[in-house]
Amino acid sequence: MHPFEYLPARNLTEAISALARHGDRARAFAGGTDLLVQLRGGRYELDAIVDLKRIPEVMELRLDGDGLHIGAALPCYRLYEDDSIAKVYPGIIDGAAVIGGTQIQSRASLGGNLCNATPSADGIGPLIVHSASAVITGTEGTYSVPVAGFCTGPGTHVLRQGEVLMAIDVPTPAPHFGAAYQRFIPRNEMDIAVVGVASSLVLNATGDRIESAMLALAAVGPTPIVAAAAAESLVGKAPTEESFREAGELAADASSPIEDMRGTIEQRRELTRVLTRRTLAQAAERAARNR
Amino acid sequence: MTQSEAPQPDAMKQVPRVHVQCTLNGQATEFLVAPYQSLLETLRDVVGITGTKEGCNDGNCGACTVSLDGRIVDSCLVLGAEADDRTIDTIEGLAPPGGLHVLQQAFLEEAALQCGICTPGLLVAAKGLLDQEPHPDEQMIRQWLAGNLCRCTGYDKVVRAVQKAAEMQAR
Amino acid sequence: MATSTPTGSAESAERFSVLGTRPIRPDGVDKVIGRALFGADIKLPGLAYGAVLRSPHAHARILKVDPSRAEAVAGVLAVMTGDDMPTAKSEALELGEEVTDVKFSSERVMARAKAIYKGHPVAAVAAVDLNTAQEALKLIEVEYEPLRPMISLQDAMAADAEIIHDDLVGTHLGEKVPHTNIATHNRTEFGDPDAAFASSATVIERTYTISRAHQGYIEPQAATAVWDQDDRITVWTTSQGSFPIRTNLALVLLKSASSIRVVPTEVGGGFGGKNNIYLEPLAAILSRKCGKPVKMVMERKAVFEATGPGPGGQVTMKMGVDENGVITAAAADIRYGAGAYPGSSIGAATTCILASYKIPNVRIDAYDVVTNMSKTAAYRAPGSPQATFATESLVSELCEQIGMSSIDFHLLNAVEEGDRRADGPVYPRIGLKQVLQTLKDSEHYNSKLEPVGPDGKLRGRGMASGFWAGIGNRSSVNMSVNNDGVVAILEGNADLNGSRVSLGMQAAEALGIAASDVNVSIGDTDSVGFNDITAGSRTTYATGAAIIKAAGLIVDELKARAAALWETDAGSVEFADGAFTNKKAPEQRLTFKEAAAKLERADEAIAVTGTVNMRGSGGGSFAAHLVDVEVDPDTGKASILRYTAVQDAGKAVHPAYVEGQMQGGAAQGVGWALNEEYYTSPDGVMQNSSFLDYRMPTALDLPMIETIIVEVPNSNHPFGVRGIGETGIVPPAPAIANAIHDAIGMRMYQTPMNPGRILQALKDKRNAAS
Repeated sequence: MHPFEYLPARNLTEAISALARHGDRARAFAGGTDLLVQLRGGRYELDAIVDLKRIPEVMELRLDGDGLHIGAALPCYRLYEDDSIAKVYPGIIDGAAVIGGTQIQSRASLGGNLCNATPSADGIGPLIVHSASAVITGTEGTYSVPVAGFCTGPGTHVLRQGEVLMAIDVPTPAPHFGAAYQRFIPRNEMDIAVVGVASSLVLNATGDRIESAMLALAAVGPTPIVAAAAAESLVGKAPTEESFREAGELAADASSPIEDMRGTIEQRRELTRVLTRRTLAQAAERAARNR
Repeated sequence: MTQSEAPQPDAMKQVPRVHVQCTLNGQATEFLVAPYQSLLETLRDVVGITGTKEGCNDGNCGACTVSLDGRIVDSCLVLGAEADDRTIDTIEGLAPPGGLHVLQQAFLEEAALQCGICTPGLLVAAKGLLDQEPHPDEQMIRQWLAGNLCRCTGYDKVVRAVQKAAEMQAR
Repeated sequence: MATSTPTGSAESAERFSVLGTRPIRPDGVDKVIGRALFGADIKLPGLAYGAVLRSPHAHARILKVDPSRAEAVAGVLAVMTGDDMPTAKSEALELGEEVTDVKFSSERVMARAKAIYKGHPVAAVAAVDLNTAQEALKLIEVEYEPLRPMISLQDAMAADAEIIHDDLVGTHLGEKVPHTNIATHNRTEFGDPDAAFASSATVIERTYTISRAHQGYIEPQAATAVWDQDDRITVWTTSQGSFPIRTNLALVLLKSASSIRVVPTEVGGGFGGKNNIYLEPLAAILSRKCGKPVKMVMERKAVFEATGPGPGGQVTMKMGVDENGVITAAAADIRYGAGAYPGSSIGAATTCILASYKIPNVRIDAYDVVTNMSKTAAYRAPGSPQATFATESLVSELCEQIGMSSIDFHLLNAVEEGDRRADGPVYPRIGLKQVLQTLKDSEHYNSKLEPVGPDGKLRGRGMASGFWAGIGNRSSVNMSVNNDGVVAILEGNADLNGSRVSLGMQAAEALGIAASDVNVSIGDTDSVGFNDITAGSRTTYATGAAIIKAAGLIVDELKARAAALWETDAGSVEFADGAFTNKKAPEQRLTFKEAAAKLERADEAIAVTGTVNMRGSGGGSFAAHLVDVEVDPDTGKASILRYTAVQDAGKAVHPAYVEGQMQGGAAQGVGWALNEEYYTSPDGVMQNSSFLDYRMPTALDLPMIETIIVEVPNSNHPFGVRGIGETGIVPPAPAIANAIHDAIGMRMYQTPMNPGRILQALKDKRNAAS
C-alpha cells in the first residue's frame, strides 16, 4: 500500500483543511470498513487519511423534537441499541442493523455507508424514505442536501473537495407513518444485498387510506433509485396486498438491474417486486401501530 | 529514462510513525506504528502477540476479532494508530492468571475447536456476547457470531460451548 | 441432538476402556489461549518478508520479466523470477491423495515461458518489511502476450482448443495422444452395460454440472524458509504433510531430501488443500539470495485464485433397474476441470461414484481436462462429492419413477462384504447397510414434515448416501516410557483437527493407561521416519496402527524385564487389562505405571519405533445424510431446517472428534450445495475471490447437525478404527437437491443451487404447467 499519513482531526476545521489541502489524495476516515478494504485493493492511492472519530459533531446522536440527528461517523450499533430510537425509526434500524456482522456494526456508520455511495448500500434507502438530509460542511460553510440526491453514481456523490459529511438529519415522522427496509441476500448474514427495498407510508387517521408513500430501491441501478411512480400509485389507495402488488410491478419497472456475480437481471426484477410488497406490508403494519 | 533516473518507489517515502499509548489486555502499552499498519498487523508484528489471526484481511471472516473499548471489531479494519488512548483486549487477555475463562473451558469440554485458527476470534466475539447478554438463546448466538467463519466445525459444538459457558457463568 | 449410538457389534463397545471416551485434547489449551503457533506466527531474528507478483492473465506467453527497478529499491533484499528456478524434469510425484509431476510442480509455483492461470507467480521479492516488498512488486516490468484462455470444459476439449501444454501427451484409453488438453481418459468396465440397459425395465440418464469449490480453510498458506550457509534448508510451513512437502521441495529445488528439514506448524485447516507446495520454494530461493530467513503469507485473494480448489465438472449418469428395482447396469461419464496442470481426482471419483451399489454391469469413463485456472488440489473426499451428486440425484429421480422410497432402494441395492465395488476391488467388512438402516430408524426420518411451513415456505426432505475409500500408507512414530508411567509419542502427522488426542487414546488403550498419561507431539522431518500426509482419512487409522504396533513393542520389552525381575521366562508374563502378571505366580503383578517405575531404569531407555505401511484403508467409510429444507417460493432461497448425518466409524476413538468431522463435512457440503462456486469471467478471472462473495456458511446459515455414529469394525485395524474424516462432505449436496425437489417439485441438475437458480426452476415449473 502506498504509505499515507494518519491525521486524527480534533475538530471540523482541522478535518476540512486537511481534506482541502490534499484534494483527492486524502479521504475522511470513519469506520474504515469500506475505506481500508478499498485502499488495500488498490482502488485508489492516498497520501493522507483524516480520522474524524474524535470530532464531537461527527459522533453525536440526538433524538429530540426536531427529529433524529446522527453524526456521520457514529457506529451503527449506537442506533439500534437505543430503544427510543428503535421505537420511532424501526425502518432506519432495519438498514443500519444489516450493514455487516457484529464486528462491522461496531465501526461502520450510516454516514460512511452514504459516502461510500455503493448502489447496494443498506443504509441509504431507509434514510431516503424518511426524507432524511445530509448535513455537509466545508470551507464554504454548512448546508443540507436531501439524502435522495446525495449519490450521483456508483461510488460518487455530491461532496466537493474540502467538504465532509458532518451528520444526517431525519425529521420526526408524521403521525401514522411507518417504514421498513428489507434486502435479499443468499446467506443469512455477511452478504451484499442482491436487491434492497425501503418503503414508507403515511396512513390516514383511520388507517384505511394511504396519504403518501416513498420507495427507494437498492442494488438495481447506479444509485439508489427513488421509485416515484410506484410510490405515487399508492396514494389514495387502501393499504392492501393488491395495492402493494401493483406498486411492486411499478417498482420493478423503475429498476434497471445488471447481471453480476450476485444476481441476474430477471432475479433482481423479481426480488424488487417481492421486497416492495413485503416492505410495504411491514410499513403499513408499523403505520397502523403508530397513532 | 535510464535506470539511475528512475524515481525511487514511494515505498521508501517516509511517513511519520505514530506513537500510540493504549491499554492492552489490562496493561499500559506503547509502541510506534506506521500509519498504514492495521491493528491486526500491529498486534502481531509490532507488539509481537500472535494470538489474533489473519484470515482474509478484509473484514469478512472475523479471525482477527479483538475488543476495542468493549466492542468487538475486526482488527484488520482498524488502524494501529487509532489505538491511542483506547482499550484493547485480545485472546491473550481472556484467561485470568493461572486459569481459563469459562468460554475457553467450555470450548475444550465441548470439542468446539478442530484446527483452532478461528478459535481466538470466536472466543473474543463470544465474550462480547456474554458481556452484553448473559443468557443468549441459540438464535442470538448464531446471529452474533455470524461474522466469525469456521470451516471445520459446522458451528454446532461452538454454539453448544457458548451455551455451556453461559450456564457456567451463571453458577 | 448430537448422539453417539454404537450400533456395530456389541463386543466392540464393551471391549474398550479409553476408546469411546471424551478426554480433553492435550494441545487444546494452547489453542484457546492463543499460544499455538500457526504458519504465519513463526518469527525468526533478521526475518525478511516476501511477496509474489502474479499474472493478471489466465493464459499468456511471458516475453520479458525485468526486475531491475525493484532490485534497486532500498529495503529490497532479493528478487527472483522463473530464471532462478532449477530446471526440473518430468517425473511422477505421489502425494497420497493425488499424483502430480515434478516439472509441472516446479512451473506451477513460478512461471517460466507461459502464465497459464490468473494468479500464476511470475516473480517474487523479499524485503525488510512487507509493505516495501508489496510496493516493490509494482516496479517489476513484465511483458505478456495474451493467448486465448481455455476456461470451460467445452472449450478445453474442443477440436480447435488452444493447447495449454505443448509437451503434454494425453493418455486416452491407453493410447498416447499429443496436442490435447485432455490429459487422461480412463475407462473402467465390467460386464455388458449396453445389453443390460436394453433389457432393463426402467432406464434413466441425466447430466449434472458441479461447481469448482475451494476448501475454504481460514488460514492462508504461510511458509518461512532459511537456506543457510551450509546449503541446508529449513522450512516452517502450514502444510498437511512435512514429508511429502520435503520430497516435493527436494525435487523442485534439485536438492536431496535429507538436506531439507520441514517443520510443521499448527495448521489452520487444510481439507486437502495444503498437501502441495506453493510458497516454500520461493521463500527458500529468496532466502538463499539474500542470506536471511524469508517469511511469506498468501493473501486471501491469491488463496482463491492461485491455490488448488476441488474441481468442477460435468457428470452424466445412466442407471437401469429391473421390475423389482434391482440395479441392472450403470454407466457414468465424469469430466473434471483439472486446472492448469493435469491431476484432478478422476481416479477417486471412479472409485466412489457407484460405491454404494451392487452393479453387475458398469462402465465409467473419466476425463481429466486441463484448463487455464489454478491447478486443482484434493478437497475432502476429492472427486467423490461431484460424482456422487450425480448418482444420488439420479437415484432419487429413478425412485420417483419406479415408485420406491429412496432408503428402500438404497437398502435393496446396498453393497456388503464380499461384493464387488464398481471399479473392481472386493469389499471387506463394511457398514453401509447398518448406516442406511440406522437412518431409516432415526427420529428425524420418522418425523413428520409439513409440505408448507407457517409462513408459506415450501418444505421438503431428501436423503443421500456417500462413500470415501480412504488410504492407509506409511506412518512412523517414536514412543518412549518415562519412569512415572507417562508415555511420550513423537509422530509426524500434522494435526489438523485434534488427531493428537485420538492417537494418544489409542496408545493409552493399548497400554492400559489413562489418556492423560500419554503425551503426543509432532516432530519435523529430521526427527521421525517417513509419515505420509495428514489426509485421505488416514491419520487416526494408520498412524494409530503404528502407535499400537509401537505399544506392542513396549509391552514386549516390559514383559522381558518383568520376567527378569520375577526370575521367570518372558513367555510366562501376561499383559492384560493394563497389568503384567506372572502366570506362574499370579500374585506377582505390576500395573503399567508400577512396571515403568520399577523397570524403566533396569536397563537402557525404553524407546521404540512403530512403523507401518497400511495397505488400503480396510473398506472405507459409508455415510447417509437426511436433510429437511425450506424454500421461499418468492425468492428462491433454500434454508436448512434439520440435518442428520449417519456414518460408520468402525470404532469411534474420540466420539466428539468423529462428530466434529461429520458436522464439518456436512457444513462444507451445504455450502457447496447452496452457494459455493467460482464465478469466472470468460477470460478466466475469478470475480468472487473473497469471503464476501465466495459464500461459505456462517453460524446463522446452519442448524444443529445431528450425528449418529455407527460402528462396524474395520477388519484392517487392531481396534476396528476406520478413517472417517472425509465422507461427510459427500452426501449433502445431493440430499439437498433431493429435498429441494421434494419441496418444489423440480429437479436441480447443477450446483450451487442458489436462489437465482431455484427461482428459475420455480418459474420453469409455472411455465410448464400453463
